[in-house]
Amino acid sequence: MRLTGVELTCQRGERDVFAGVSFAVASGEALTIGGRNGAGKSSLLRMIVGLLHIAAGRLTLEGGDPELSIAEQAHYLGHKDALKGSLSVAENLRFWAGFFGVRLADFREPLETVGLGALARLPAAYLSAGQRRRLSIARLIAVPRPIWLLDEPTSTLDAAAQDRLAELMRAHLAGGGLILAASHGPIGLSGAQQLRLDQTAPSPLVGGSWGGESGGDARASTPARDLTPPATIPSSSGAADE
Amino acid sequence: MTPLAALLVRDMRIALRVGGGALMGVLFFLVVVTLIPFAVGPDLALLKRIGPAILWLAALLASLLALDRLFAGDHDDGSLDLILMGRAPLELVVAIKGLAHWLTTGLPLVICAPLIGLLLNLDLPADAALMLTLFVGTPALTFIGLIGAAIAVTLRRGGLLLAVIVLPLTVPILIFGVAAANAAVTGPIPFGTPFTILCALTLASLVVGPFAAAAALRQEME
Repeated sequence: MRLTGVELTCQRGERDVFAGVSFAVASGEALTIGGRNGAGKSSLLRMIVGLLHIAAGRLTLEGGDPELSIAEQAHYLGHKDALKGSLSVAENLRFWAGFFGVRLADFREPLETVGLGALARLPAAYLSAGQRRRLSIARLIAVPRPIWLLDEPTSTLDAAAQDRLAELMRAHLAGGGLILAASHGPIGLSGAQQLRLDQTAPSPLVGGSWGGESGGDARASTPARDLTPPATIPSSSGAADE
Repeated sequence: MTPLAALLVRDMRIALRVGGGALMGVLFFLVVVTLIPFAVGPDLALLKRIGPAILWLAALLASLLALDRLFAGDHDDGSLDLILMGRAPLELVVAIKGLAHWLTTGLPLVICAPLIGLLLNLDLPADAALMLTLFVGTPALTFIGLIGAAIAVTLRRGGLLLAVIVLPLTVPILIFGVAAANAAVTGPIPFGTPFTILCALTLASLVVGPFAAAAALRQEME
């Protein structure tokens, strides 16, 4: 299985967030996506699962199930945890497993894996941010899908949970899965390819460096050429420009 | 469990839990209808004549009450992203969410209506006819409301916009619903004529609502 993006361009509000981004990830490989706030890390992940329109470029998956779209073979772990506070921890997990077509014989096992086994009956509203994130990760384990798209997966996790997540990611890769993760720091995967979305970006003090993901207005003050940084994969990966 | 059954169970569970809004609709319905006799006065003949219209108006407002959170809740917590990624067609997802909403807010109204009809001096046959018109008409209110809920999904004060968009669209349902109920209470036109048109309106909105709402959601999520 091989996920390839060629010369992808993302537009938000008639402005290029990034342009000409290429990458290739094969089974057992991971790709970490870096870049300043607003560089389009989340947008790239949302593009891959079809939640954002692809303005230009191609996105192909070889070796997957031809009956299914990329989104149907992928897990997307976004900033928002997709949990309902009035449902219990187990009910939240069981719903997503059911919605993704998996009959969950034992919901305890994925919950134990992320360390929430004792809280199965607690309403999700009482969970802390890190526990909510762990419950979202339990969804990735309960429903087997080959592609994991993780947006800042470690942001709210404590050190032990980050190690646990790294273990789960390594197990997923060993099982032939592939991972794309947007992150500002290391996420504990050695040997992952790296993709920088802002390699030619100006000094972070210029203009909209505080813009964040939705900071289209803030970025408007930076020169136009800065908005289309040509991003490439470092040659060490050997996977670019196929 | 199939994806759609899982969604139906989840939405009904959320609605029935504390803060879910299922009981709010019925309580609002009760309060509005109870207030009318105080405002109009104890004129039994008048109450009987305007009773069906009052019940229908109250049902219309009550079924809009919780509708603005139908998609906005899923949008705010990120669930809508995952639902859009799923294999279930968005039109069916929207229809299932509408069904769950009707089962938890519309159906209780229908069941309560005969009880509240007594407050408005409606006799038993009239009550039964009114209940039948509400049973047929409230799904149409919900499914037309889906369109407004989908359009208002990303807006902060979506509830106000929802009412402005949806209320004009419900005028035909209101007209024929009240006409059918009045026909049963006072005559002279037969009950069947407006009631058949009400059924047709409901069937049309069951089809148009999910498709329009799904199109609106796709547009919003871009």
